[in-house]
Amino acid sequence: MSTIVETHEDHGHHGPAKGLTRWLFTTNHKDIGTLYLWFSFLMLFIGGAMAMVVRAELFEPGLQIIQPEFFNQMTTNHGLIMVFGVIMPAFVGLANWMIPMQIGAPDMALPRLNNLSFWLLPMAFTILLSTLFMEPGGPNFGWTFYAPLSTTYAPDTVTFFIFSIHIMGASSILGSINIITTILNMRAPGLTLMKMPLFCWSWLITAYLLIAVMPVLAGTVTMMLMDIHFGTSFFNAAGGGDPILFQHIFWFFGHPEVYIMILPAFGIVSHVISTFSRKPIFGYSSMVYALTSIAILSFVVWAHHMFTVGMPLAGELFFMYSTMLIAIPTGVKVFNWVATMFKGSISFETPMLFAIAFVALFTIGGFSGLMLTIVPADFQYHDTYFVVAHFHYVLVPGSLFGIFAGVYYWIPKWTGNMYDETLGKLHFWLSFISVNLTFFPMHFVGLAGMPRRYPDYALQFADFNAMASVGAFIFGFSQLLLLFIVIKSIRTGKKASSEVWEDAKGRGLEWTLESPPPYHSFTIQPEVK
Amino acid sequence: MSSHQQPYYVPKSSKLPFAMAVTMLTLIIGASTTLKPELGPFGENSYLVLLTGFLMMWTTMFFWFSQVIKENNEGLNNLMLNNSYYYGMAWFIFSEVMFFFAFFFALAYIRNFAVPWLGGEGEKGISNILWPGFEAHWPLMVTPDQAAFPGPEEEMSFGTAYGHGGLAGVLGWIPLYNTICLLSSSVTVHIAHLGLKNGNRLQFNLFLAITLILGYSFVVLQAIEYSEAYTQMGLTLKSGAYGTTFFMLTGFHGFHVCLGAIILTIMLIRGLRGHFSHDDQFGFEAGSWYWHFVDVVWICLVAFVYVM
Ligand code: HEM
Ligand SMILES: [Cu+2]
Repeated sequence: MSTIVETHEDHGHHGPAKGLTRWLFTTNHKDIGTLYLWFSFLMLFIGGAMAMVVRAELFEPGLQIIQPEFFNQMTTNHGLIMVFGVIMPAFVGLANWMIPMQIGAPDMALPRLNNLSFWLLPMAFTILLSTLFMEPGGPNFGWTFYAPLSTTYAPDTVTFFIFSIHIMGASSILGSINIITTILNMRAPGLTLMKMPLFCWSWLITAYLLIAVMPVLAGTVTMMLMDIHFGTSFFNAAGGGDPILFQHIFWFFGHPEVYIMILPAFGIVSHVISTFSRKPIFGYSSMVYALTSIAILSFVVWAHHMFTVGMPLAGELFFMYSTMLIAIPTGVKVFNWVATMFKGSISFETPMLFAIAFVALFTIGGFSGLMLTIVPADFQYHDTYFVVAHFHYVLVPGSLFGIFAGVYYWIPKWTGNMYDETLGKLHFWLSFISVNLTFFPMHFVGLAGMPRRYPDYALQFADFNAMASVGAFIFGFSQLLLLFIVIKSIRTGKKASSEVWEDAKGRGLEWTLESPPPYHSFTIQPEVK
Repeated sequence: MSSHQQPYYVPKSSKLPFAMAVTMLTLIIGASTTLKPELGPFGENSYLVLLTGFLMMWTTMFFWFSQVIKENNEGLNNLMLNNSYYYGMAWFIFSEVMFFFAFFFALAYIRNFAVPWLGGEGEKGISNILWPGFEAHWPLMVTPDQAAFPGPEEEMSFGTAYGHGGLAGVLGWIPLYNTICLLSSSVTVHIAHLGLKNGNRLQFNLFLAITLILGYSFVVLQAIEYSEAYTQMGLTLKSGAYGTTFFMLTGFHGFHVCLGAIILTIMLIRGLRGHFSHDDQFGFEAGSWYWHFVDVVWICLVAFVYVM
């Protein structure tokens, strides 16, 4: 049987250290999970504030609040922060908290590395955000930082941006190595891969994707660095390179990246729907195969982001059909979630509300994705608000709602207190209504031809944009409610049982631990039958 | 499984990772302000920040690895933790493979699409209107805009070496010796490994030392090659797409050879101090995996950069 050994400094007490150093030097998966989650929450408000600036400017046509130059910095940093600072760290935080508990391990496999991968993030974002206060202004070339906008025509601060991306990448790679190692090596005896909780499966695949594509991103920014400072010509046709090459390499990273941002949410939603339908997940093995095939396919679809740059016809067709193929495993997942709910005795606690909204609204995003995949149609949709609507549907009521569902589902386990159900429901309805108010009209203005990334627009788009801005502000302020709910659940609230949710015991090892769980999750590895 | 019966060692808390994070912060501040002094507070002294960063990095790594080795010698590492290290190293190498993949991808794209299209070939040959006289060829000796990116006078390919002097040309071709060094060093590191497994310390130390000699010779040869390129061939980072891909691919590879050699040097020192045993040799095996990995990358380089 497995027990924990502490180092000599420990003198026998099994609790966290006191004070600030607990957080700086911790090797505990729960502490690090908590750090990740709070970091991502903080970034949600910073990135959110930037979105508010954008939506305030777009509330009506004309330039009223900010200059175009600053507008570009706001959209760029909003995107970068939401992708690298909010969605990804939140999922890593959940992974840190839940994976050892779900597989019956004492901690993550490489605890010190775990601490490093977290603390790299604040460092990287400090540098990224500091560029906003420098004389030439922060990155303004969009979160996709296409060359030559980000090389020849970039503000000088791009060098800081490049190195901060390197550090974010290092953080993700180290974090993923840790997660993959934990899952492959630390499972309780008897917990075979095909018995493993779906959240772990989704993270196994995600970590694999991250290790595969983050180095490619590092390569991309390295090429930029060389082009800018050392006279190479990767992205410069004058020397025989090609700016389009940038897009290929970026999207070779970028498309798997969007799956990195959704797969863990798939895992969470599977657990939540199963628990609150009081049924095991429908089609477990098909869920695993769907995850796997999404991961494989996601490497061969990247150029669907580049239909309009002038690819040979064969390329357009190949990437169109391969992208359409991905809709099949995605459809399998949606089918299985619905089938899990079918004839279940469903109750609608907050996590379940978010999960159901996830299924419905993510599917809308999937459908608009399919529309974008049709090459001739994409010639019209590309770089319009239709694309903005698409990816916000998959990322906000998709990934972010998945995270919310996970937080509500597991927070009683973390804090030992139930969250305030009434406030939780209020938070859900405010978010649900405002998210649709914000992003649904974007489909219309996009189809009508409103281009993305402009601070001004033609008069006929005014009404829908005003609606979107109102929705965005409601959504933004609703998240303060989540902050309140989380703090309240940390401080007070009905005590949670170890099972927390009715009949949850059979649904995962995490529900066999008391709430809050002991500092080291499983000092004795449980036997799984 | 026996590994479940032993305790899994979870270090209580450690200052090292946080120190490493601060180190990385120092490094990137140093690197960016060295390149852009006017944006930082240190002006012309920015490079000192970068140097401090490197110093901090080596120090932290030294303490970190010493710590791990110490724990291992104290017997805190059980089989399962050892497995974690193996998994970790394997996936780390995979990430390195993907890093190189990005650069090979760039080379393939430039050779097969970007340059031919600029030369007017194929479906997107319309690009030729940018520089109407430009003709596609590889290695790219004349770039589309010779004023901005003057092409090299000579290049490094096998074909050229052979074409100029036949067999004699090939014998004077540095990458041939690079290849011999690196391929044979992969064999010697394997023999060293066998020595360790069979408890033959002499074989281990001897063949590891030979491996290192071969490895460092590779680095020296590459330095000679680079200096010839810069001084005699007009081949630099700035000489268009050929110079770009040539130096970036071989350069990153050379950098990894250096890393691998440093790792193996440390393993040799540890070996001489009597570390490792037939069933406890993670550090060395990780190093030798890494060495085989740089070897494989080199084979790809020979194929795609030098020969094809
Ligand atoms: C059924 C699945 C999906 C399909 C078929 C699909 C298809 C597409 C296509 C064709 C585009 C390019 C549109 C254009 O620029 O003209 C696109 C953009 C985008 N998609 Fe998806 N997508 C799918 C799912 C997702 C998911 C799950 C996410 C993220 C969680 C996502 C995030 C994005 C983002 C961020 C962009 C815009 C990138 C940019 O240009 O800034 N997509 N999608
Ligand atoms: Cu995509």
